[in-house]
Amino acid sequence: VCSCSLSCFCLYFPRYASLYFCCAIEDQDNELLTLEVVHRYVELLDRYFGNVCELDIIFNFEKAYFILDEFIIGGEVQDTSKRSAVKAIEDSDMLQETVEEYMNKPAF
Amino acid sequence: MAGKSKEAEIKRINKELANIRSKFKGDKALDGYSKKKYVCKLLFIFLLGHDIDFGHMEAVNLLSSNRYTEKQIGYLFISVLVNSNSELIRLINNAIKNDLASRNPTFMGLALHCIANVGSREMAEAFAGEIPKILVAGDTMDSVKQSAALCLLRLYRTSPDLVPMGDWTSRVVHLLNDQHLGVVTAATSLITTLAQKNPEEFKTSVSLAVSRLSRIVTSASTDLQDYTYYFVPAPWLSVKLLRLLQCYPPPEDPAVRGRLTECLETILNKAQEPPKSKKVQHSNAKNAVLFEAISLIIHHDSEPNLLVRACNQLGQFLQHRETNLRYLALESMCTLASSEFSHEAVKTHIETVINALKTERDVSVRQRAVDLLYAMCDRSNAQQIVAEMLNYLETADYSIREEIVLKVAILAEKYAVDYTWYVDTILNLIRIAGDYVSEEVWYRVIQIVINRDDVQGYAAKTVFEALQAPACHENLVKVGGYILGEFGNLIAGDPRSSPLIQFNLLHSKFHLCSVPTRALLLSTYIKFVNLFPEIKTTIQDVLRSDSQLKNADVELQQRAVEYLRLSTIASTDILATVLEEMPPFPERESSILAKLKKKKGPGTVTDLEEIKKERSSDMNGSAEPASVNASAVSTPSPSADLLGLGAAPLTNSAPPPSSSGSLLVDVFSDSASAVAPLAPGSDDNFARFVCKNNGVLFENQLLQIGLKSEFRQNLGRMFIFYGNKTSTQFLNFTPTVICSDDLQPSLNLQTKPVDPTVDGGAQVQQVVNIECVSDFMEAPILNIQFRYGGTFQNLSVKLPITLNKFFQPTEMSSQDFFQRWKQLSNPKQEVQNIFKAKHPMDAEITKAKIIGFGSALLEEVDPNPANFVGAGIIHTKTTQIGCLLRLEPNLQAQMYRLTLRTSKEAVSQRLCELLSEQF
Repeated sequence: VCSCSLSCFCLYFPRYASLYFCCAIEDQDNELLTLEVVHRYVELLDRYFGNVCELDIIFNFEKAYFILDEFIIGGEVQDTSKRSAVKAIEDSDMLQETVEEYMNKPAF
Repeated sequence: MAGKSKEAEIKRINKELANIRSKFKGDKALDGYSKKKYVCKLLFIFLLGHDIDFGHMEAVNLLSSNRYTEKQIGYLFISVLVNSNSELIRLINNAIKNDLASRNPTFMGLALHCIANVGSREMAEAFAGEIPKILVAGDTMDSVKQSAALCLLRLYRTSPDLVPMGDWTSRVVHLLNDQHLGVVTAATSLITTLAQKNPEEFKTSVSLAVSRLSRIVTSASTDLQDYTYYFVPAPWLSVKLLRLLQCYPPPEDPAVRGRLTECLETILNKAQEPPKSKKVQHSNAKNAVLFEAISLIIHHDSEPNLLVRACNQLGQFLQHRETNLRYLALESMCTLASSEFSHEAVKTHIETVINALKTERDVSVRQRAVDLLYAMCDRSNAQQIVAEMLNYLETADYSIREEIVLKVAILAEKYAVDYTWYVDTILNLIRIAGDYVSEEVWYRVIQIVINRDDVQGYAAKTVFEALQAPACHENLVKVGGYILGEFGNLIAGDPRSSPLIQFNLLHSKFHLCSVPTRALLLSTYIKFVNLFPEIKTTIQDVLRSDSQLKNADVELQQRAVEYLRLSTIASTDILATVLEEMPPFPERESSILAKLKKKKGPGTVTDLEEIKKERSSDMNGSAEPASVNASAVSTPSPSADLLGLGAAPLTNSAPPPSSSGSLLVDVFSDSASAVAPLAPGSDDNFARFVCKNNGVLFENQLLQIGLKSEFRQNLGRMFIFYGNKTSTQFLNFTPTVICSDDLQPSLNLQTKPVDPTVDGGAQVQQVVNIECVSDFMEAPILNIQFRYGGTFQNLSVKLPITLNKFFQPTEMSSQDFFQRWKQLSNPKQEVQNIFKAKHPMDAEITKAKIIGFGSALLEEVDPNPANFVGAGIIHTKTTQIGCLLRLEPNLQAQMYRLTLRTSKEAVSQRLCELLSEQF
């Protein structure tokens, strides 16, 4: 983990396997907990994708966004329970089209 | 989609964009699924870094789809890609409104996320009233409540003025008692931010937060189920609660206070327990809570027992193998060092910290170690710390050398019992890191030597010895030249440092030095003529040489000519009077300290003694900035200022003439390290003062700023009144008037400092003396920083000192007016603006405004009686600028045409801008 001070905020670049994360935090934010914010996000991605890797995020970038939204809003941690966040994502997946619906779509 | 090369990627993307564009434009209406697919592709292309200039409408259409996935992609596109100015914002807001009212929690969640992600003013206007209702409604689902709380927080951060306080605030506080920990977590963030601005309204949150925190820290690791993170119960919520408590002083209710102390003790105890897991997540989460608890202990600064325990805990971390922990421990200890209860405890770790300086591999950690040594320094350990810092300086990273130099200089001065030690230290600094020794540092050593006669002989001897080195830094030549010029006589009795040897030594460096240093040395030489008549002819020969008398640099040449002449014609008595030893400098805040504050930001360099000192030192710190070299400057003879040795090198290196005094004394007055952006509405208020001089400039819930000002010719005086609207004291109250670099040469402002404490309900007054040197465009900024109930407040407003304030009205006849009007017919002299009326077009009000603007209102001059004509002269120190103006209203069109003619383009331009805003 490297930290470099810029005038008013720090950037943290933790690394998980092939994934790099970057978050800007303010002076008074708790640095250690920020590391765990990233870790918790990785856990959520892992739970959803099953051992998340770069390609998961490239092909499902919108999912990565939705999961982030469940966890963080406007820069603040919303709910730290893994169960709530995963449940929210799974609920929303239930609302996706059924396979039949999907197959019946006109081709690209 | 990822191409092999950049070109291939761009080609592929352009093809895809063309395809999508044709689908969107096609005759066949797209179904929701295709629309979603293409919008999603556009978003992906945007995230790859390409511009997207279409598809927004399709995304907005998706918002009103009833299919969740389509809506979701629509919202994502809007959140990422739509900026606040988009004309689509009305449609978007409409879709959001429908979803908020849908009572479908998933749709409401999407809408709230979108508002929080965009957070624009338009959205705040539309929804800031609605969201509090959702937040406190009894039937709102927990997940929606969480989103609503954080969404409201985002809107409050971007547009606090649009979020109405009301009944909901008390109900929000009670969310701290909610069953659902997710709701509590979200609500705590919101309450913390609201409480920082409105501490009174959220006071009741303290006891609720304490009891919530108490339940968390005493719970077993399994009690909180999913909210336990690697065996740490609810670390996020704990940290947020501890942060909320840092908005307030220690609880007054002894029961609450006792319970909080228990919580903090429990957290400290847990740090001593063996870890429940070896995972780094466990220790990070646990220590995150611990550091936040220590922050709270430091913030309260009232329980000696807790402070000392916190210090011991941090002491353990200083040797921890995790770099992050060592870093954070050093950082927290810096603040602990400034508490009188824990200062001694911090000092016991001095050896560890010194060791960190020598062995840490990460420069940022070493930097923190330097900070901590600085913070823990006092009379008892100053010699050791200064010696260690000097040691470290030889190998320190270039990036932090200047700061270390400043710190050493400050500590050496502050804790000098024996000023010979001080002189040695500063000379060492120059020797080790001469390039990083700023002007402030060597000015300061000279001030001190001049003010303390017990050290003058020693200083002369030491600089003389230091100058013997074959290569010495130019800063040493400056200090040496100055000191020997004043006190060389004190060592002249020793044949090894006879006058001639002193002179030859200095002169051997002369040709290697820059112009300002050479100028200083010339002044030393003329001082020598007075001190040592026996070497007068030697010095005159040097002054007379072509390289001096015909020097290409006008300053050097002038000095040589004048000094030579002075030494030839003046009697010894006159010489002795003119070249007398410099009088003591007035005592004031160290300019170096001010410089360090400027570098690091206020608050970061305060320590125990300084907090106590701050009041008094601020007082003499920035008073009368010009008085240091007043004696020299105010002498009428033009050459006199060259003779005041003190003034010469200083005025020389000072860029704008207006700040020559302040360079030495008070870098602080224009330093405000982190100036807040302008307060909202500041521009409107500013415009109202263009045509009047008195009124309220700024007002929020805490502070009111009133102005009263008067101007005459190129001078003015402004009284600023700061009213504390609360019942609590403001501490460290520091208003600063800042002129940008462009403005500084044109406008000379002098302020007197105000008392740093403003009692509740009290008003303090500050005077600004104003001198207009030349015409100017911008306005100075008034920055105000203070602490209120534990939070740091920082705001800025534009100070309405505008060019038109220096107007003197001129009456003239119709004939005169048109004759001058014609004389100013060069296109560059005229500036014209046609604009729509912003206020009702009332002739009487317009007249009053033109008179308020400062020009004379000339009746019966314009052939059309509906037009207004004015004339006046702008007075600046350097010149006077005649101005003519003509305002032609067009009632039908509700428009004005304003024409300004002056002899200077920039003046016409500025006056036209200022006056156009008024109608």
